Amino acid sequence: MTAAVARRLLQAVMVMFAMTVIVFIAINVIGDPVDILISPDADQIERARVVQALGLDLPLWQQYLRFLWAALHGDLGESYVYNEPAIRVILQRLPATLELAVSAILIAIVVGVPLGLYAGLRPDGILSRVIMTVSILGFSLPTFWVGLVLIMFFGVQLGWLPSGGRGQTAELFGVQWAFLTKDGLAHLILPAVNLALFDACLILRLTRAGVAEVLPLDFVKFARAKGLRETRVIGVHVSKNIMIPVVTIIGLEFGSIVAFSVVTESVFSWPGMGKLIIDSINVLDRPIITAYLMAIVAFFVIINLVVDLTYTALDPRVRLQGEGP
Amino acid sequence: MSVDTLPPPMTTEAEKGEEAPFRVLVRAFFRSPAAIAGFVLLTAIIGLALLAPLIAPQNPYDLNQLDIMDSRLPPGSQSMTGMIFWLGTDDQGRDMLSGIIYGLRISLGVGVSSALFAALFGASLGLLAAYVGGRTETAIMRIVDLQLSFPSILVALMILAFLGKGILNVVLALVIVEWATYARAARGTALVERRKEYMEAAESLAIPRWRILFVHLLPNCLPPLIVIATVQVARAISLEATLSFLGLGVPITEPSLGLLVANGYQYMLSGMTWISFYPGVALLITVVAINLVGDRLRDVLNPRGRE
Repeated sequence: MTAAVARRLLQAVMVMFAMTVIVFIAINVIGDPVDILISPDADQIERARVVQALGLDLPLWQQYLRFLWAALHGDLGESYVYNEPAIRVILQRLPATLELAVSAILIAIVVGVPLGLYAGLRPDGILSRVIMTVSILGFSLPTFWVGLVLIMFFGVQLGWLPSGGRGQTAELFGVQWAFLTKDGLAHLILPAVNLALFDACLILRLTRAGVAEVLPLDFVKFARAKGLRETRVIGVHVSKNIMIPVVTIIGLEFGSIVAFSVVTESVFSWPGMGKLIIDSINVLDRPIITAYLMAIVAFFVIINLVVDLTYTALDPRVRLQGEGP
Repeated sequence: MSVDTLPPPMTTEAEKGEEAPFRVLVRAFFRSPAAIAGFVLLTAIIGLALLAPLIAPQNPYDLNQLDIMDSRLPPGSQSMTGMIFWLGTDDQGRDMLSGIIYGLRISLGVGVSSALFAALFGASLGLLAAYVGGRTETAIMRIVDLQLSFPSILVALMILAFLGKGILNVVLALVIVEWATYARAARGTALVERRKEYMEAAESLAIPRWRILFVHLLPNCLPPLIVIATVQVARAISLEATLSFLGLGVPITEPSLGLLVANGYQYMLSGMTWISFYPGVALLITVVAINLVGDRLRDVLNPRGRE
């Protein structure tokens, strides 16, 4: 077990290193950093001075070590646009993205679980069929277009909700949050619903499949035979048993939601990390791009690591990679 | 090399026996009304895309045919020359209907070509992994697992952040995003197939390895790969649209459906909703049609794989 955990940790570290190499090659071999770092009207002397100061005249492997050394110290360069360390710019945007992602997950659960339960308990009902058909549509609809339709309908036609931005924020634990003010909350609704759509459908289908699987089992019959009320059978006995895969998916999907917030944030001008990276790509703000990629890869490596280790702890039958035949 | 010149055993068998099963499959496919609807829609969409220059009322790339006076007209308006814009016009005075028909070409082209290349590349690696085994297999499958642990949009975003815009770059990014799915499926099927007798027969005949892989093993692994490819085309079209919407996809000179939506986005808040709305509807119909066909293909080709 300890060896397996150690191997898994080592693997995570190796993935991170591999990513630094890929990102470094992508920046320095595909594009020429000198063109990006130095203004076009700089003369030759100025150029040479900057090249030397940045170490761009060194062999590539030395440049890589410099990059790695700086990265390990949390220095991924200074944004050209914000004139601040790239990591700090990204961390400033983190709360907005987290707030959006957590709201989306909550909405997905609140919508997906009850509808899935209903569809599972009455598989042949008309309403269940409608629910299942709509959920297929939810998988097919491109997120950005749903966002546009939401804006068009609730923002422009009805005028009920603001169509973009984050609105007023209030401070909590030294960080600005939108969900603490009425205005911020109004701004949060549409993007959160947009981001939640896919996962609501996913959770709905999982819940339904779980109910269909659990309902014919003996313990449900026994609970009913004991004379328990139907609400208790469903609410306690069935729910408990279908929640395991649902909780797992919620954990796994959190990373996806953060990744897909790139789209939703761009549609709704939500000032989070996702919008930042798109803006930075469009103005070629390389340090931000690098820092974002490193941060998001680290984020995913950690999520995958935690999920894998939790699995092994919960179920020893799950083999860690590398232990198989 | 008399062995090499012999026709591969599976093909001859297939030619003799497949005729009837194929018809059975076709009949089974069209037994579902949803599949018929999807098939008809998809055929119409492909027809529109292929025959765009003949069908579209206007060539949206030909600046001579555009008039800035016609810009941002609502659906159903008439131009100065008497042409009716059924779905309105965009900010350049381009007929949206023509723009959508030409956009379908780009979207379908990108989706289909990326799915094809990804299938070729991914399935080859998957078959290789299953057939060779050992370290090669471990290495290939590690990369597959690693890549599938990242969301597709993130991988595509990373690649395009460095490569920049352009149709070829988008196709390349989509191929890199998609190959792993094919590799995993191909390996899974191939692991089952390689234990069958015809493989042993082929190996006993000392047929070259590449020939065993591509002529004997590959055709027998095709059904699940075809199902995945269909669904992946829809995913690719959707992902391309998303990337183009974010400004990282196709260039403005060759607008896909996603880029058309993006172009209309800025006018939406002022109530000119048609510029974004209709390309999105076209995108939706395309994706749903492909998914309907793909769902039915899965049921027909793999009766065990039903949900």
